[in-house]
Amino acid sequence: MTTATATGATYKRVVRSLGTGAPVYALLAVLLVLLAVTDIGFYEPDRFLAFVKRAAPLVILAAGQYLVIVCGEFDLSVGAIVTAGVVAAAEVYGSFPDAPWLIVASGLLLAGALAGLVNGLITTWLRVPSFITTLGMMLILEGAVFYWTGGSPHGQLPQDFRQLGRGTALGWLPWAVVACLAAGALAVLLMRSDFGRTLVATGDSERTAALSGVRVHRARVIAFVLSGVAAALAAVLVGGFSGVSAQAGRGYEFEAITAVVLGGVVLGGGRGSVVAAMAGAFSLQALFTLLNLRGVSGALESTVQGVIVIAAVGIGAADWSRLRRRRTNSSGGTPT
Amino acid sequence: MTGTAVAPPPTVRASAPHRRGRLTDPAVGIWLAAAAVTALGWIVVAARGGDFLTLANVVGILQNCVALGLVAVGQTAVILTGSLDLSVAYLISLGTLVAATTMEDGGVVTAVLAVLALSAAVGLANGLIVTGLKVNAFIATLGTAFILRGWIEDNYTGPAGKVTVSFQHLGYDRIGPFPVSLFLLLAVAAALWLITRRTRFGHHLYATGGDEHAARLSGVRTRRTVIAAHVLCSLCVGAAALFLAARLGSGAPWAGTEARYDLESIAAVVLGGTALAGGRGGVVGTLGGVLVLAVLDSVFNQLGVDPFFKNVVRGVVIIAAVALYARRGSRRTA
Repeated sequence: MTTATATGATYKRVVRSLGTGAPVYALLAVLLVLLAVTDIGFYEPDRFLAFVKRAAPLVILAAGQYLVIVCGEFDLSVGAIVTAGVVAAAEVYGSFPDAPWLIVASGLLLAGALAGLVNGLITTWLRVPSFITTLGMMLILEGAVFYWTGGSPHGQLPQDFRQLGRGTALGWLPWAVVACLAAGALAVLLMRSDFGRTLVATGDSERTAALSGVRVHRARVIAFVLSGVAAALAAVLVGGFSGVSAQAGRGYEFEAITAVVLGGVVLGGGRGSVVAAMAGAFSLQALFTLLNLRGVSGALESTVQGVIVIAAVGIGAADWSRLRRRRTNSSGGTPT
Repeated sequence: MTGTAVAPPPTVRASAPHRRGRLTDPAVGIWLAAAAVTALGWIVVAARGGDFLTLANVVGILQNCVALGLVAVGQTAVILTGSLDLSVAYLISLGTLVAATTMEDGGVVTAVLAVLALSAAVGLANGLIVTGLKVNAFIATLGTAFILRGWIEDNYTGPAGKVTVSFQHLGYDRIGPFPVSLFLLLAVAAALWLITRRTRFGHHLYATGGDEHAARLSGVRTRRTVIAAHVLCSLCVGAAALFLAARLGSGAPWAGTEARYDLESIAAVVLGGTALAGGRGGVVGTLGGVLVLAVLDSVFNQLGVDPFFKNVVRGVVIIAAVALYARRGSRRTA
């Protein structure tokens, strides 16, 4: 009896310290164990690093998307930004074959920031729902890319530009992993800063935040800009892995949103942690890898993905309402 | 809680019946816009020596309206409750495949019933996941979309089945300048208009979308309302799938996804003045939104504009229109 309540209490404490992300850490742990069981060699350093490398773009996108979602908005344009970034880089190299990669990459990041800035300004100043703003941005970017390249993007990215996506530092550490870790660390630091708290407060209750002196519009615009930069960084990585194609970023917007929601972040804002969002991205990638290893046919892969996403989010939602009810019941039943 | 999580503008939302005057406003605006776009297109095309309002062209525009119109009308019902449906594109694809393959062995009636049953089942599943599991509608219907996609890709590799000739009349026949399928759209839209504006369930739709909590406290069974809205939407999507099957002559896995009916239908609904957060708008405006998109498309085709450039303009038009609504709404409440 006493042990049961004690374990119950510790369980509760652990769950509370994990925040709304608890289900995703459990899911990630289960998936990683299953991966180890399915494939003995999965945890050999180079293979595990390769896994992290493949996950890197999605993790970075999820971190950016988290910033937008936690302040109560959506960014559907990230996939199009990735595609546009890859294609634009190839076009630039087509005209200036000797351009230094650092300048091209920073140019991409700047362009991503600009796209995010436009998204943010339209959403806040013109009060267009961000779903529509970023949907429009997606149509515009995709149309512009195809218009510019005449329907079939061609050209190549030189080796030094692709280093960030496929090369390694010190001979063993993929640059993509470094980029992923750096972006993750930056996101965590950002969320711990005043700005991060401001952002969550904005998503939780815009009016309260505004009345407490938060510049709500500015916070949102910055979130969109950062999401755009994250998408551009992901574009550099994706361009490195897989080269130039018009499909480079297709579907990334939904994957990123799925990852963030898997991480227990509430659509509508105000709740959830960025670490859990990135864990959600890793879970999604682990799920894809697992399905591949298990030999689930490519076609059924999306079915399994759909079921698991619904189930994970559903379980997350259900657990929380029950816990909350129990807590209010106990506080109501036993006055302390 | 079932909201689309798009931050609503800080306006006070009221239930439908009390604000009918304001409600019709964006709907009127979008129809005026449709007329303006048509006139503008006519002038521009005429200036280039073409003739915009030819019979073939008008038929083409109306024909183009039907599929998107059916989906968008259904989507309106869901969005009014503050939910949304991203699974429509794959449901259309699956619907055309089911229709065509069933028609091969069975009769037309069986095929129609099969598609409608499938749609109702998918809508029911969507509604139950949104209300029962409390999964956000965006994720829930995205999940359903993935499930349907896997189902399609696993079972069909390309076009399948054959639509009987008698059923193809739905896709190609016309009465005067009006395609037969237009009457299908008008019938569905009229039914939905009656349901949303003239029945108790319709008022519940608006109430749920306006403020779910308040609606529940006033005795509206909000869960049932949301589920019913999802079923209604999927049935409309099933009708769109039947029309496309008649048009294509067979089922195609890309029938719904290539034209992006999921996002396009949401864009058309919002273009028609329905608030994405729910509770405001209606079917009439949606039809106007669909018409504007179809006329724009036709004008661009006539002018020989690059098809990819059309997407750019379309994006700008959608954003600009919604920005205008937001402007007007804010002034009214200020």
